Amino acid sequence: MKDLRYLDDVSTLVLNEEKCIGCSLCTEVCPRGVFEMRQNKAHIIDFNACMECGACVNNCPSQAISVSPGVG
Amino acid sequence: MDKKTQQNLKISTSGINIMSSMDEITSSCGPEPSNPMAEYEKPGFKLCSYVDRFIKTDAGLIPVIKPKLEKNDLFSAFYVRCGINRYKYTVAPGLYGIGEPDKNCEVIVTANFKLTFDHLRKELNNINAWILVLDTKGINVWCAAGKGTFSTRELVKKIKDSSLEKIVDHKRIIVPQLGATGVSARDVKSKAGFRVVYGPIRASDIPAFLKNNKKADKKMRQVTFNLYERFILTPVEVQIVLKPALFTALILFIISGIGPGIFSFSQAWERGVFSFFALAAGILSGAFITPVLLPFIPSREFALKGIITGSIFATLLLVLISSAVNGVAEFPALFLFSVTISSYLAMNFTGTTPFTSPSGVEKEMKRYIPVQLASLVISSGLWIYSAF
Repeated sequence: MKDLRYLDDVSTLVLNEEKCIGCSLCTEVCPRGVFEMRQNKAHIIDFNACMECGACVNNCPSQAISVSPGVG
Repeated sequence: MDKKTQQNLKISTSGINIMSSMDEITSSCGPEPSNPMAEYEKPGFKLCSYVDRFIKTDAGLIPVIKPKLEKNDLFSAFYVRCGINRYKYTVAPGLYGIGEPDKNCEVIVTANFKLTFDHLRKELNNINAWILVLDTKGINVWCAAGKGTFSTRELVKKIKDSSLEKIVDHKRIIVPQLGATGVSARDVKSKAGFRVVYGPIRASDIPAFLKNNKKADKKMRQVTFNLYERFILTPVEVQIVLKPALFTALILFIISGIGPGIFSFSQAWERGVFSFFALAAGILSGAFITPVLLPFIPSREFALKGIITGSIFATLLLVLISSAVNGVAEFPALFLFSVTISSYLAMNFTGTTPFTSPSGVEKEMKRYIPVQLASLVISSGLWIYSAF
């Protein structure tokens, strides 16, 4: 899947690391491997892989993540 | 009646059976059909061929389904892949069992698109589990999660409707990872009391996932879009454009007939044929070749991928028909038209892939739709001009 990339710098994904409580659910639900846990906090390791599906937003217990695509 | 007479009667009845006249009667009515499912038949209902039997649970009778696909499942899958009646290919939502399900078995959640349902059950050979089918209106898990039918609300409703707490002794449900777009694990827990465990993306990884103590490795958690996965989607891509293509062909026919004599049917037919070829080449390139060869075509923008493939197809077409086409303006007209169709349809394929972001698609559309429109106008102008 690494060879299938879409446009860079377009995703509206925002992660507020201060709000992250380290549950790691975002790393579980993301189908594109965007997140990784480092020192018990979620980090974005592959921002441009994000397709704004919203799975992470929906499951984050502390509202630390947001995506806001237009009508698309 | 004493015992002796009873015995006599028995003998005499079995005696009647071997009488030749009785044989005739039996054969004319056919042998008595053996139908082990007969006791479950209800007037007005039809038993589904994928149901193997029913089991009694504390929440009533639950159908146990077969893990093996049959001929009719495969035939229907073929039709659906071609886009025939694909929105009516559903199974009844609710709870099913597979194998020898008991109170300790896992509950796997899925969508009520029959292709999804079949895909799941064929991977559950030798596995005992419960399958909770949500009402997604015949749409697959991921698309339904995006559309909001594979949702927290629907999952909570189905858990309650099926009295899941009476079926299993635990409080876990396995939700496919791609359903996470529509499901909030926390809300399911608070509203239905069940803990959501996100299972792997692909049904084929479920046996390994279960064996691995319900832990998915990295590979199970990432979407793929390999050659076969892309190819299998293309018949529907082509089928979707058939109707608009027919409408376009009609317009092409009219435009092709415009000439010195205002409108000529013979000219419309003669020149129209070439524009139909250009249309067909554009569809083949944009809705079939570009999707299948996706990662091998340069550029990340789908519209540009479509232009690249479309240019190759249009050039090939023009070489093939060059001797029959007269007029210099006709070549660029046909070329532009064919490439534009290819570019537009390739851009359309962004909606089918599992890696394009809506923001990216928006950016691409803003850039390429004006270009495509301009190209269409120039191409039509050149086409009409070349008739004079």
